[in-house]
Amino acid sequence: MRIEALRAWLDERLSLSTVAAMAQKKEVPVHRHSIWYYFGGMTLFLFMVQVVTGILLLLYYRPSSETAFESVQFIITEVKFGWLIRSIHSWSANLMIATLFIHMFSVFFLRAYYKPREMTWLSGAFLLFVAICFGFSGYLLPWNKLAFFATKVGTEIAGVIPIVGRPMLRFLRGGDDVTGATLTRFFGFHVAVLPATATALIAIHVLLVQLHGMSVPPKLIGKPVKKMKFVPNFLLRDLIGWILAIGVLAALAALFPWELGEKADAFAPAPAGIKPEWYFLFMFQTLKLIPAKVLGFDGEVLGILAFNGVALLLFFVPFIDRDPENLRRRWIFNVLGVLALIYIVVMTVYGYVT
Amino acid sequence: MDRQQNQSNPGVPVAAAADVRQVISAKRSLRIALRVALVLMLFTLAPAQKKSSCIECHSKLEDTRLSAPAKLFDNDIHRARGLSCNDCHGGDPNADTKEGAKDPRKGYLGKPKTLDIPAYCGKCHSDANLMKRFNPSLRVDQEREYYTSNHGKLLKTGEQRVATCISCHSVHGIRSPKDPLSSVYPSNVAETCSKCHASADYMRGFGIPSDQFENYKKSVHAKALYEKQDLSAPTCNDCHGNHGATPPGIASVANVCGTCHGRQAELFQVSPHKAAFDQRQFGECIKCHSNHFIAKPSDEMLGTGDKAVCITCHTAGDKGFIAAGSMRGRIDELIASVDRSTEILTRAERAGMEVSRPKFEMKEATDALTHARVLIHSSSAAEVDKVVAPGLAASAKGYQAGLGALAERSFRRKGLAVSLVFILFLATLVYLKVKQIERRQNESAEGA
Repeated sequence: MRIEALRAWLDERLSLSTVAAMAQKKEVPVHRHSIWYYFGGMTLFLFMVQVVTGILLLLYYRPSSETAFESVQFIITEVKFGWLIRSIHSWSANLMIATLFIHMFSVFFLRAYYKPREMTWLSGAFLLFVAICFGFSGYLLPWNKLAFFATKVGTEIAGVIPIVGRPMLRFLRGGDDVTGATLTRFFGFHVAVLPATATALIAIHVLLVQLHGMSVPPKLIGKPVKKMKFVPNFLLRDLIGWILAIGVLAALAALFPWELGEKADAFAPAPAGIKPEWYFLFMFQTLKLIPAKVLGFDGEVLGILAFNGVALLLFFVPFIDRDPENLRRRWIFNVLGVLALIYIVVMTVYGYVT
Repeated sequence: MDRQQNQSNPGVPVAAAADVRQVISAKRSLRIALRVALVLMLFTLAPAQKKSSCIECHSKLEDTRLSAPAKLFDNDIHRARGLSCNDCHGGDPNADTKEGAKDPRKGYLGKPKTLDIPAYCGKCHSDANLMKRFNPSLRVDQEREYYTSNHGKLLKTGEQRVATCISCHSVHGIRSPKDPLSSVYPSNVAETCSKCHASADYMRGFGIPSDQFENYKKSVHAKALYEKQDLSAPTCNDCHGNHGATPPGIASVANVCGTCHGRQAELFQVSPHKAAFDQRQFGECIKCHSNHFIAKPSDEMLGTGDKAVCITCHTAGDKGFIAAGSMRGRIDELIASVDRSTEILTRAERAGMEVSRPKFEMKEATDALTHARVLIHSSSAAEVDKVVAPGLAASAKGYQAGLGALAERSFRRKGLAVSLVFILFLATLVYLKVKQIERRQNESAEGA
């Protein structure tokens, strides 16, 4: 009785019944591509894992070039279950980027960006950019040798961009070189700017998904499609995935703890075979292979500009391919998507084996 | 007309403007003429080098014995410092004839005799005032030092088959010792000395061996110099001296080695070996380490085993024999402990455990081992034990850390197994719940 009264009290103030009715109303199409619907929720779950483990790491992490490495070392050796939290944070970050890529490509190939979902795609594309920034800034925070030099190379690449490159490099580094100032501002981006941006974008993204409902592949538009209720059927299936994800993260953390490496030393020579995180590797490998001069232009600059162009194109996908009836354009986009996927996979593997 | 206004400069009459233009044009011409004159002046001044009829003639001679000096001189440090043939050989480099150039009245000295070479070079190199003009930091006692060397002493007796300045520094193509192409650059010194000292025929007359270079090439010093390119590694002149080259006497061997191996030399001086070696006229360091073929020291050299150098003098039961065995035993104990700890820490690290701190702390044990290997020169087992004991303690700490890390890994794996069982159980429960819900939904749908 008391619970009922409390519910009524809350409902009167928060309109919970409206939210519940909306959730009850939401349905998920069931077809042979339904599996891809789970990756959005999985990415969101991994993001939540990042938030929780990130907050726990913040209790001990000290962001300065003198203390960062030692504090992470303290977390993984002295703090009770600190190793688990740190390893889960690192593994979950990588899995989140992976599920994000899978989610993006599935949305791309299933054409879930068609009208009226253009803004959903746009917010998702921004989220991908934010996630990559999360990865890049977080990589430096343990202040180890590999991260230090990877950041040096990464920011150097950004500095090559004509006109804005140099100021951008100085802004990112907090000076001309990667120093303690870089670490402090990367920490700021990682724990304040990016989480705030990501939270706002996720809110918009999820709200838009609720508003427009789940899309169906173009082939099924207008055809009778079997549906399942989002609550509880789909949500409980999501839950199974999340529970299993916790198991995978725990196993990865216990069996393959994320290495700390050696403390960064600005005066030490760069370690041989330095490589960025796997999700930057295809770009890094491309820049390594591109000739110094292409048609008289600096090859590296051209490569970076090309990647920027592709990134920009990604944002405009729903505005270029907007007609479900235009089969030719759909075919071209399919081919482009497959080629992009093959390119990323091949270059990443090539980057690892060379 | 002169009242006509200038279009470009209103207010200035046209005639006046024309005058101004003429003045500007004249000034410009003058400026150009001055620049041309300056260039021509510099051009004529630039090649104003001293004439050297010696080089002009000698470089054209067909006899290579006579033309080589003129050609070699191109790379000579003396030429780089502005000196020419006549600065050593005298004569007149401005003369156009051979007779004029080699006129004794103009101080022509010709080729010096072997016996005169040190003094010939010493004319300048022993003159502090003169040398200051070229290189204030260069020593000026080489000639004096030379005569303290075995080479110099023999030369004074009239022996001409000994090394003089030009034997090592070459002649006419003399380079700075800092030049890698110089015959006295650190990595070239041994080869330069070996030109004479490795020749058995040449050395036979002096009654000294000729295997020094062969032995040196196998030594730890040569490996450092040639393989690691460590120019601070000793070569012939670092132990024997350069201008005053002489074999170090029995009494001075420790001082020679001690210039680099200071701590070992210091310990040896206060060890019981010092008096015993002096009494028996043993060359201190070389008695155990040899002289030219100084191999990388190993622990096997210490103790009472077959390869130990201690047993060349000590016999079973004597004090030295016991001390040697005891020192070796303690060092072996520390080595075994360090190996054991390193192995377990490596194993933990390979398993993904963070052991960088205990690995760093293991340096205390490895440093103790290095220190103990130095302390054996005191020949005191008690001294060695003073560092071995803390080394063993540090190593034991590392071993415990390794054990702890492996135990932690085992705990994590067990924890993971339990967690996975729980996680799978939970996932199964949710799955069954989904199935139950869907069954009910289907039943109610069929019912409807």
